[in-house]
Amino acid sequence: MDQLKRYLGIVWMLLGPAALFTLSDIAVNEIGKDPSLDRMIQWGVFVVVFVPIGIGLVIFGWYAYTGAYAPDGTDPSTE
Amino acid sequence: MEAPKDIRRVIWASSLGTLIEWYDFYIFGSLATVIATQFFPKTNPTAALLSVLATFAAGFIVRPFGALVFGRIGDLVGRKYTFLLTLLIMGGSTFAIGLVPGYDSIGAAAPIIVLLLRLLQGLALGGEYGGAATYVAEHAPPGRRGFHTSWIQTTATLGLFVSLGVILITRHVLDPDPAASIAKFNAWGWRIPFLVSIVLVGVSVYIRLRMNESPLFAKLKKEGGTSTNPLKESFTKKRNLRMVLLALFGATMGQGVVWYTGQFYAQSFLENTCKLDFDQSRTILIWAILFATPFFVVFGALSDRVGRKWIMLAGMLLAVVSYRPLFKEMQRSTVQAVQLNAATDIPSPSPVRVDHPSVKVDAPTYWKLVGIVFILILYVTMVYGPIAAFLVELFPTRIRYTSMSLPYHIGNGVFGGLTPFIATLLTTMRQGDVLVGLWYPIGIAALCFIIGAVYINEPTGKNA
Repeated sequence: MDQLKRYLGIVWMLLGPAALFTLSDIAVNEIGKDPSLDRMIQWGVFVVVFVPIGIGLVIFGWYAYTGAYAPDGTDPSTE
Repeated sequence: MEAPKDIRRVIWASSLGTLIEWYDFYIFGSLATVIATQFFPKTNPTAALLSVLATFAAGFIVRPFGALVFGRIGDLVGRKYTFLLTLLIMGGSTFAIGLVPGYDSIGAAAPIIVLLLRLLQGLALGGEYGGAATYVAEHAPPGRRGFHTSWIQTTATLGLFVSLGVILITRHVLDPDPAASIAKFNAWGWRIPFLVSIVLVGVSVYIRLRMNESPLFAKLKKEGGTSTNPLKESFTKKRNLRMVLLALFGATMGQGVVWYTGQFYAQSFLENTCKLDFDQSRTILIWAILFATPFFVVFGALSDRVGRKWIMLAGMLLAVVSYRPLFKEMQRSTVQAVQLNAATDIPSPSPVRVDHPSVKVDAPTYWKLVGIVFILILYVTMVYGPIAAFLVELFPTRIRYTSMSLPYHIGNGVFGGLTPFIATLLTTMRQGDVLVGLWYPIGIAALCFIIGAVYINEPTGKNA
């Protein structure tokens, strides 16, 4: 289980940027189809809001990869 | 620990205020269509509705900021005064929305004022929940936290219930003639649910003023153990930040989408996709909420015995596997009922269009829809009932308010609050599949289930 937690950490680290890239790509396409102010605001809000969340997912993945979620609750890394 | 009578008073005072905050917050969403016509240009109804939904989302997006602002105050000054402040801000903003003149009277100032008031509402809500949950949990004995905090968990749903009830009643009592009553409601009666809020808030403030500070926080403060910088301690120290991220990605993110799919997207789906009558779609939700609400307490109490993790994750998994069949069934039942009614009442060879502006279904279909929405809300009770106790137990008292509020409001406000909006947007992007909007909550809940199942270690209750 400990190994699984670490390997999945890599997945989360990749998933963060992948999700942001996909979201940005869809946003550009959608705004291109209908460049109205409403559409730009909607997609702009989505991208701005989800950027810190994507970064958070990368940090979460890094913590997982470095064993910060070990079952005994100890954190082997330095603070 | 508190005597049973005292803890009941604590739960009552906290829950009432939180319920009123949710009521204030949801009447705006429930009246989105009416508000759109009042405050946004009417040239394009879709644009007007999207604008108001964006305003709705803005209300949710500022919630995490409210969590930071008021969480910090709550960890520095205390829980009691912080959630009193949030209640006053929420009540004042809601009352003020009821007084803003329409777009026809003051032009662009109207939507701007409404947007600002809506942002204040979101800010206040961001500070309220964490305070109430923390306050109750810090009065409760460790082995009963799930049960005691589950009463706070009922308030979000009951707030929605009360808002729907007040709206329905107001809509039908303004004139003896139902059509005239609805016309009056759309013209000015919609303001009444907003104005009523000030009375409710007044009562709640009076009750909360008589409460004492949380015993754990009071003790910590007396000993000089409170945090001097809760934000820094919560989000820059790895030992705590890792738990904030786990709370978000392993619990609140999935809980948020399940909550909003069950209680908001379901209503939107019935009304916009199934084209169900306004009153029927709302009363279906009201019945389902009424039947399902006790299960918040059932699952909260159960989590004291069997742990929080698997109850929450089971709710997410059930949502992932059954959302599409359940929503499909809702749509199929509505279509069938309409065709049956048409065959009985109107013997016409022409096919019945389901996109009739206001479809009413017969009693068996109505109760079937109540049953389906009940199942959706039952999932909500599974994911939401134990989560306050789960979050409270993840973090130490000195930074608890700040640390638990942020993941809760990102999970609910951003992931959850945007569910109806993103789902509707997906539907417009890929027309032809009415269920396409469900992929958003299904995907988020599935991801959250995997993270929660793999990374959450129970028992978590070691930070009392």
